[in-house]
Amino acid sequence: MSRKAGSIRVRSELAVPLMAVVVGLLFGALAMILTGTNPIRAYAALIRGCFGSRADLSETSVYVTPLIFTGLSIAVAYKAGLFNIGAEGQLIVGMVASAIVGVAGAGLPRIIHLPLTLASGMLAGALWAFVPGILKAKFGVHEVVNSIMMNYIALYLSHYLVTGPIKDPNIAAPYSREIANTAKLTRFFGGFGSSYRFNSGLLIAIAAALLVYYILYRTTLGYEIRAVGHNPDAARYAGISVARSVTLSMMLAGGMSGLAGAVQVCGIQYKFLDLFAFEGFGFDGIAVALVAKGHPLAVLGSASLFGILQRGSQMMQGIAHVPKQVAGIVQAVVVFMVAAEGLIEGWLRIPVLSKAFGHRAGKEEDVR
Amino acid sequence: MGEKARGAPVLVMKGITKRFPGVLANDGIDFTLHKGEIHALLGENGAGKSTLMKILYGLYEADAGSIEVNGQPVRIAEPNDALRLGIGMVHQHFMLIPQFTVAENLVLGAEPRRGGLFLDMKEAIRKVEEVSQAYGLAMDPTARVSDISVGMQQRVEILKTLLRGAEILVLDEPTAVLTPQEVLELFTIMRNLAERGKSIVFISHKLKEVTAISDRVTVIRRGRVVGSLPTAETTVDELASLMVGRAVELVVEKGEAKPGEDVLVIDNLHALDARRLPAVRGVSLKVRGGEILGIAGVDGNGQSELVEVITGMRRATSGKVLLKGMDVTNWTPRRLTERGVVHIPADRHRHGLVLDFTVAENMVLQTYYKPPFSRGAVLDWDAIRKTARELIEEYDVRTPGEDTRAGSLSGGNQQKVIVARELSREPELVVAAQPTRGLDVGAIEFVHRRLIMARDEGKAVLLVSLELDEIMALADRIAVMYEGKIVGIVDRDEATEEKLGLMMAGASVEPDGGRAGRVG
Repeated sequence: MSRKAGSIRVRSELAVPLMAVVVGLLFGALAMILTGTNPIRAYAALIRGCFGSRADLSETSVYVTPLIFTGLSIAVAYKAGLFNIGAEGQLIVGMVASAIVGVAGAGLPRIIHLPLTLASGMLAGALWAFVPGILKAKFGVHEVVNSIMMNYIALYLSHYLVTGPIKDPNIAAPYSREIANTAKLTRFFGGFGSSYRFNSGLLIAIAAALLVYYILYRTTLGYEIRAVGHNPDAARYAGISVARSVTLSMMLAGGMSGLAGAVQVCGIQYKFLDLFAFEGFGFDGIAVALVAKGHPLAVLGSASLFGILQRGSQMMQGIAHVPKQVAGIVQAVVVFMVAAEGLIEGWLRIPVLSKAFGHRAGKEEDVR
Repeated sequence: MGEKARGAPVLVMKGITKRFPGVLANDGIDFTLHKGEIHALLGENGAGKSTLMKILYGLYEADAGSIEVNGQPVRIAEPNDALRLGIGMVHQHFMLIPQFTVAENLVLGAEPRRGGLFLDMKEAIRKVEEVSQAYGLAMDPTARVSDISVGMQQRVEILKTLLRGAEILVLDEPTAVLTPQEVLELFTIMRNLAERGKSIVFISHKLKEVTAISDRVTVIRRGRVVGSLPTAETTVDELASLMVGRAVELVVEKGEAKPGEDVLVIDNLHALDARRLPAVRGVSLKVRGGEILGIAGVDGNGQSELVEVITGMRRATSGKVLLKGMDVTNWTPRRLTERGVVHIPADRHRHGLVLDFTVAENMVLQTYYKPPFSRGAVLDWDAIRKTARELIEEYDVRTPGEDTRAGSLSGGNQQKVIVARELSREPELVVAAQPTRGLDVGAIEFVHRRLIMARDEGKAVLLVSLELDEIMALADRIAVMYEGKIVGIVDRDEATEEKLGLMMAGASVEPDGGRAGRVG
């Protein structure tokens, strides 16, 4: 698709998610009214909590960045017709790998060490996703089952490593050693020790979204992945290797999740901290990709939305004394509305709304 | 029955208008159905037949117009309203549950119960047998739907509407999925039903069938009624020109074939089907450049598997496929494509197109990775769209533009996209499987002319079709396939429908001369 066609597609596809967000916020407001709080005050607190100060802005970016990566991860696999529920595990191995390389590469110049550390996380994620990918491609084993198993393998493997082989012997807690400064991402407000955690990881996430968009819509590989995702039989008929496309898209997806982990380590944590459970970035990524309808650039928007809601909900609780679960209600309604697309498509036929959201009434299939 | 014996009108649709964004699908359509009548609704794909019937069945709401059933004005907002008014519809795609038996499917939603809780299967079977006997629709109520033939499944659908009390039956392109024999059986059933006072709307774009079965024909073109007349007073030619809006060549004009060297040679080929049973059992064939070899046969005799082996989509278990002397047995589709094999697949939605891709994206399905469409790994959308625009122009694809989703085109235009893509690839061998299935007259004429053109340019064309008419019209030589084997090959000049019909039923030796007995 050309640039022009691409933008048209994005615009008409945006109507449903936008509408879903509005409805989600209204539901949240309703919940607040029912529990006796002023929704306007609460939402104002949410906005202020996200953007009110440099510190707020900084923390919001910390929430948004990993969601962009995992959202992209789910979206890329989805384009090939796969459901990558393994983002969680891919993220963990990405964190572990970059925590190891970040320490082991000490002494290298930053220009080599930082990219190497990030790349190691990405590669680890890609390899982790390769397993379910190749099993799906060669033997038709459903990727969901294997991805979930790989999640647990990643979790327990990381637990083993951080309590043994890569544990920092100087402290009691199960942490890995801090990575070298040459492997750390730039923090924008102050040095590596700055309490403002906003770092160049966000820029990498945005670049990743652009890269994924480019790969999907401008390269032969992307064409193959999309063809396989839409119609594997036609792809095979056309001479496209379905197995190769499935495997590569899964690896690309894993690479994105792995990069999420690497950026967490290099930009925020500087070490691997033992996990007691999954952190949830991978699972939230599913919702992010869903709301973005699988479009890599729309992932930027939907990851921001989810990041803001998560960050803002805590501030809402602090300032307006609204339980942060209200943000959960908003998120749930947004996801539900996007999933129940037919419902919104129906609403969008109401003239006032269709005008407001710039959506054509009726589906194109009706024009047959 | 004829014009004189028409019963009272059971259905009157007046001034039905339905607008979709950018398209006026129905433009003031009047349609009257009488009791006991078989009324054909004829028109090209996209003419508005299905829209009109979907309005009748409550699936769409008309923008203007009125409907009367048995003289009473009615409002049909949803299919349940239609059912209550005795209107039943048999869709092109059956709405059956394959894992259930015939009886279970038929009573679904109105199951007879015992003690208010338990399904009374005996009663269900009895009820089904009663109704099926009353209408002469023989079937086994205990058979699983997934095990019975398509024709049988259609009967189940018809019976389902009758069980729900339908007096008006709408059959949407019912013959599209049937073999010639099953079509004849369906016609018998339709006549039977009409004699028992049921009124039938028969949606079709097949002229021969319309003239064979209907009492009256209403022709729709571009959303308007262009004629409504008793079948007895019209001809196939008149209907064709009404439907298309111009005189149509029903007979394909073609000159003498000038066959050249052997392009495709198949030697004692064997292959299995999806259930791993032998489907191709020792086929030997030759197709020369500049000729069309037609493969006739009843569906399911190994034709699809043969095509799949030739085009690389199925593995041969033994035997050889030679392309211009080179052994290409079990090559991948990509390698065959690069050697000049093009394939118009029988199932355009499953194989031929990626429906969610744009027309432009579909136009380069096999060539996207080659210059000028890409440089290295990067696609050149300008080149792709330019070529797409040229092909749309040359092959007269009716689409708003090259960025339109292929799935939103009509069937005929989808097929034109495939034909354009395949024939523009400078083929050595054209494998065309059911190239006109489901197309209307205008599009059929177009595809046929293009295949003849390819032949006249010296390409070898292998045509597989279930339509004997199509084989007779296009082929220079005709091979008949039966139970995975070629039972005979005859020159077009020597072939008659009777002779081919016998061979299709498995007779390997013809009464006169026995040339068909030759294999190879």
